[in-house]
Amino acid sequence: MIKYCAKRLVVAAATVLLIATITFLLMNAVPGSPFLSERGQSPQVIAKLEAKYGMDKPLIIQLKNYLVSFAQGDMGVSIKMQKNREVSGIIAEKFPVSVRVGVIALIWAVIVGIPLGCLAAYNRGKWIDSLLRIVTTAGVAVPGFVIATVLLVIFGVVLKVLPTTGLDSWKNYIMPCFSLGFYPMCYTAKLTRSSMLDAINQDYIRTARAKGLSTSKIIFKHALRNSLIPVVTYIGPLTAYVITGGFVVETVFSIPGLGKYFVQSIMNKDYPIIMGTTIFLSILLVFMMFVVDIVYKLIDPRIQLGKGGE
Amino acid sequence: MEEKKLLEVKDLKVSFFTPAGEVKAVDGVSYELGYGEVMGIVGESGSGKSVEAYSIIGLLQNPGRVIGGSITFEGEDILSYSEKQMQDFRGNKVSMIFQNPMTCLNPVYTIGNQLMEALMCHRSMPKAEAKKQAMEMLELVGINNVEKRMVQYPHELSGGMRQRVMIAMGLICHPQLLIADEPTTALDVTIQAQILELMKNLQKKTQMSIIFITHNLGVVAEICDKVSVMYGGKIVEQGLVNDIFYSPAHPYTRGLLRSMPRVDAEEYERLIPIEGTPIDLLNAPAGCSFAPRCEHCMKVCLNQKPAYTDLGNKHISACWLHAKDAKKEA
Repeated sequence: MIKYCAKRLVVAAATVLLIATITFLLMNAVPGSPFLSERGQSPQVIAKLEAKYGMDKPLIIQLKNYLVSFAQGDMGVSIKMQKNREVSGIIAEKFPVSVRVGVIALIWAVIVGIPLGCLAAYNRGKWIDSLLRIVTTAGVAVPGFVIATVLLVIFGVVLKVLPTTGLDSWKNYIMPCFSLGFYPMCYTAKLTRSSMLDAINQDYIRTARAKGLSTSKIIFKHALRNSLIPVVTYIGPLTAYVITGGFVVETVFSIPGLGKYFVQSIMNKDYPIIMGTTIFLSILLVFMMFVVDIVYKLIDPRIQLGKGGE
Repeated sequence: MEEKKLLEVKDLKVSFFTPAGEVKAVDGVSYELGYGEVMGIVGESGSGKSVEAYSIIGLLQNPGRVIGGSITFEGEDILSYSEKQMQDFRGNKVSMIFQNPMTCLNPVYTIGNQLMEALMCHRSMPKAEAKKQAMEMLELVGINNVEKRMVQYPHELSGGMRQRVMIAMGLICHPQLLIADEPTTALDVTIQAQILELMKNLQKKTQMSIIFITHNLGVVAEICDKVSVMYGGKIVEQGLVNDIFYSPAHPYTRGLLRSMPRVDAEEYERLIPIEGTPIDLLNAPAGCSFAPRCEHCMKVCLNQKPAYTDLGNKHISACWLHAKDAKKEA
């Protein structure tokens, strides 16, 4: 197990390094410079600014410098949006906001999505299955900003029962968490339904029925655990995305989270922030993939960690 | 005085309602099973033998439905049971073991967990007591190292061992009737013999009744008291084991026996297969369902279903030949 973890750590480090390199190169391949848009800058001033942030050196040297200082824990400073502020400080400020909304969204998506999927599978072909299919398909197809905006208009503007911006009270969380979790909830329900259908046709379910177990025990004990693998595969990486914040939801509800900031940093070509947030997200992702593999092992004892590759 | 029966099946009819039409999987099956009796149901794939058994334990699934007849267990009509009553009945008074032990155990739970489950569900006993009984049961079915086996997962056990676990699981609530649906088919020959031996011994020990579904006549001769031969959803012949093997009356039974290899066969003797293919139950013939494949087929066989002829000693057979013989004798 320790050997396995060590191996995974090396692979994870390599993955993050690769992502960092590609992001760095792509980011610099985009025409323009962070300082170009600032009006009234003479070429001399721009050159001076670039020299200050080490951007006058060849790309490969810049990359090396960035990675070396990153390895030492220095993510650099913002060069534009919050001038000269530490990137790590910005992430530390924005990330908890996104986490709070993201975790709530994720929890409701999972605890509603999985039982709904079971319900649909168990009542396959009946009206409840059809109804759930319509809802979940719609949930997967309708873009997040539509749901967020419609909610905002109905509950925030017309009915005026929920606050529209900020995160001051628990009421503020309702709409953002609902809209952020709606897509994952629908997708989870769909995944659970299809893998549950597969599971309930297995021979061991017939055995469980022959034992005289109750339907709920058959579904939730015997079938569910066997159908969770695809669901976990989906939820793992999803967690990384959701807790780093949804750009759309954070924009619609004016939440000062990381997701919104990430997109803004790209628009502004604030290089250190782009790099910092990208690497942060990729570390989270790689970590969640590792968690998923561990959870596989917990769900299904037949799965051997470390054998047969990643 | 009439002997008390454990199970009485009367004129049972089960159909599957498919988009293509009604499939009469079981069409008027009747038999009785006494306490401690072992009955074999023989027949080829699709003859309705498993479906018939599933309807006893209430495991028929959509689109299959019992559409007629009755099943009486210890005087109670189990077809009128509610879902809750059926749950109490299944695995408790009647249990079932299945063909493929490789897929019939849930891969994600330990042997112990799956064994104790039925006990805790039907007897509502504390976990420690259930564990004790589960371990005793494992020992009874010839599994060694029980303590270790209890915490192992199915994939850590061999096929024969898993079938032993399945049997232990079936017997754990001490049912009065065990339905064994081809329990040895998926195992290799030496393991088959061991499992059969085990079931025979357990039957003697516990005095339970067994319905043994198989297409292996050798297994029937080994373990059963009486035999029902099924073809096309009907029992074509029924009788005590010796009668069926030594004086088979129905052409289908005779065909089955002729197509089975025998140790005492002369070198020049050949196995004779039954020509043709099983009938299409979607378009069942008007007459005897075996008629299209029968070497003795007469005109009447194609148009009218034969009734059972009593050949004495509980030996019955549904064939027009008997009527002909009867006429000759008269």
